[in-house]
Amino acid sequence: MPMKSLAAFSKGTSIKSEPAANPTTAFWVVVDKEVTDHIRSWRLILLLALLALTFFGALYVSLSNIRSIVSNAQDPDNTFLYLKLLTSTDGTMPPFHVFLNFLGPLLGIALGFDAINSEQNNGTLIRLMAQPVYRDNLILAKFVSALILVGTLFFTLVLLMIGAGLCITGVLIEPVEVLRIFTFTVLAVVYVGFWLSLSILFSIAFKQTATSALAAIGVWLFFTVFYQIVVNLVMAAFIPRHTIHTEADVVGYNEMMLNVLRLAPSQLFSDATTTLLMPSVRSLGPMTMEQMAGAIPSPLPFMESLMVVWPQLSGLLAATFLCFAYSYYLFMRREIRS
Amino acid sequence: MENPVIDLKGLTKCYGSLKAVDELNLKIEKGEIFGLLGPNGAGKTTTILMMLGLTEPTSGKALVCGIDATTNPILVKRKVGYMPDSIGFYESMTALENLVYTGKLNGLPEKEANRRALDLMDLVGLGDSARKRASVFSRGMKQRLGLAEVLIKRPEVIILDEPTLGIDPAGVKEFLSLIHQLSREQGLTVLLSSHHLHQVQMVCDRVGIFAAGKMQMEGNIHKLSQTLFAEDSYSVGITVREPLPASWEHSDELRNIPDVQGLRITENLVQIACASDVTPDIVRFFVAKGLDVMGVHKREFGLDEIYQKYFDNNLIENNAHEKSRSIFKRYVNKK
Repeated sequence: MPMKSLAAFSKGTSIKSEPAANPTTAFWVVVDKEVTDHIRSWRLILLLALLALTFFGALYVSLSNIRSIVSNAQDPDNTFLYLKLLTSTDGTMPPFHVFLNFLGPLLGIALGFDAINSEQNNGTLIRLMAQPVYRDNLILAKFVSALILVGTLFFTLVLLMIGAGLCITGVLIEPVEVLRIFTFTVLAVVYVGFWLSLSILFSIAFKQTATSALAAIGVWLFFTVFYQIVVNLVMAAFIPRHTIHTEADVVGYNEMMLNVLRLAPSQLFSDATTTLLMPSVRSLGPMTMEQMAGAIPSPLPFMESLMVVWPQLSGLLAATFLCFAYSYYLFMRREIRS
Repeated sequence: MENPVIDLKGLTKCYGSLKAVDELNLKIEKGEIFGLLGPNGAGKTTTILMMLGLTEPTSGKALVCGIDATTNPILVKRKVGYMPDSIGFYESMTALENLVYTGKLNGLPEKEANRRALDLMDLVGLGDSARKRASVFSRGMKQRLGLAEVLIKRPEVIILDEPTLGIDPAGVKEFLSLIHQLSREQGLTVLLSSHHLHQVQMVCDRVGIFAAGKMQMEGNIHKLSQTLFAEDSYSVGITVREPLPASWEHSDELRNIPDVQGLRITENLVQIACASDVTPDIVRFFVAKGLDVMGVHKREFGLDEIYQKYFDNNLIENNAHEKSRSIFKRYVNKK
């Protein structure tokens, strides 16, 4: 450490004339760095490969059956070629939006489960917190950077799908289909966002990355596998078996059960995507014969479908904000030590 | 001290019933190098965290550059560079990228951050490793990189928590002299926590001995040694060529020199305890008696002795001893 090089320290400005650091620029600096980190990581490459594989698999299956599906006159949705590409299948493989129902959580959990605790374990968190950065900006930046990646990924896939459809079938896409598909993509990003914020919450709550990953996967498994079973069991105990007489009772119980099931984010997502991608779906609950009578089986306009899924969308957003608010609460007053 | 850079007022931090820091008052002036000394678990790191607003004090105030660190941590962090005791860097990024990232977080434009980072890496002797990944860095290199990181924001105050941990002796010397140089030339205020006494002794203007959450003593080393060793402040050792008999004929005469309080003879070494510094008189006495004086050694009390003295009669350690003894007994009796 030679003496002369000390001049480097004071070169230019004096110590005090530091430009005032703006916390918003600090936020984007963190986002920038997080996105770079994700892109360079093996984790994202693996997830990308997995997602691309399912997407192209589903697309291949639906493309090979598209002729028979579109020529099926019984189906009120048969004019929506591009929506059919996303939803139809020959039974060998679930369609893409169903796949997304369980790939989405995986994506969210994988991108967020070690957001804070790995930094803490590496001793970088305390260094970061010693810089003029607001704490909430840090978690928000982690969230936003992962969401930017997921959004880019989904929009790329969907645009690829539309492009491939155009090239292969030569059918022009309807504006309404573009709207529906993009809304579906936004919905998928929101869905991943929920799992992302949940896993970030766990990464703050638990010190070990393995614990937080396990906790997030546990919640995911509970909702995909066990939740329905538990709800069925509980409801079976509730519903009086012999005293149901009226149709209204049956409908009422059914409605109640669906609402309880809708506490699961995956149910919300599948409700919403089904409505968006299948324009002829008019209601997500049971309908009585009186309600059905006189209804012509025809596709709903986009705004109507959007109105049907609005509660689902706001439910997902609310759950995301709830997780985020709780992580904020946990992280703000936490003592940070290495 | 009208305008201290660091001003702690009655700072207290409790973890449940444990008082980690207890009513701490401390003022550090601009340009000073202050050493915070204490055994492990004394509350040094907790104090530092409170100064940066990384943890909230239970009561009391921490003012850094006149800003309350608890209510306005962002302003404080702009002016203070902090190096934690176990420092970590992003392992997937190069050393340079790590530094530039910190620079950008402090509002520097990319170019300026890059320029400063390269200059500072040269300064701390890592100029050749700038493009290497931080994961291949050794502990000592990380420590140096940490210093560069602290300096990139051009702070007014730097706080270093155990900065010399894991660096080899030569590196420690370099490291500390660099800190000293920075403080003198740039007017940086430095707070240094450590349990390595000799290192602190080398650079610090003032030290505070911190134990059980309390500042037990503070002042410069000379002052500390005077207050602690008031009763036997000087000790002179004289080495002569020929071994002396245990009942040396001149010993009474030597005792009659004013201020000499006692002596002990072991072969050819004479240890003399005295109340004031009478080394010249003693040497003159030996020469007058025709003895060949080979060496005169005046023992001064350093930080080590101070530390030893202090923590030997420390309550905590006594308790710990008591405890381990009782555990030991239990195991022995079990048989």
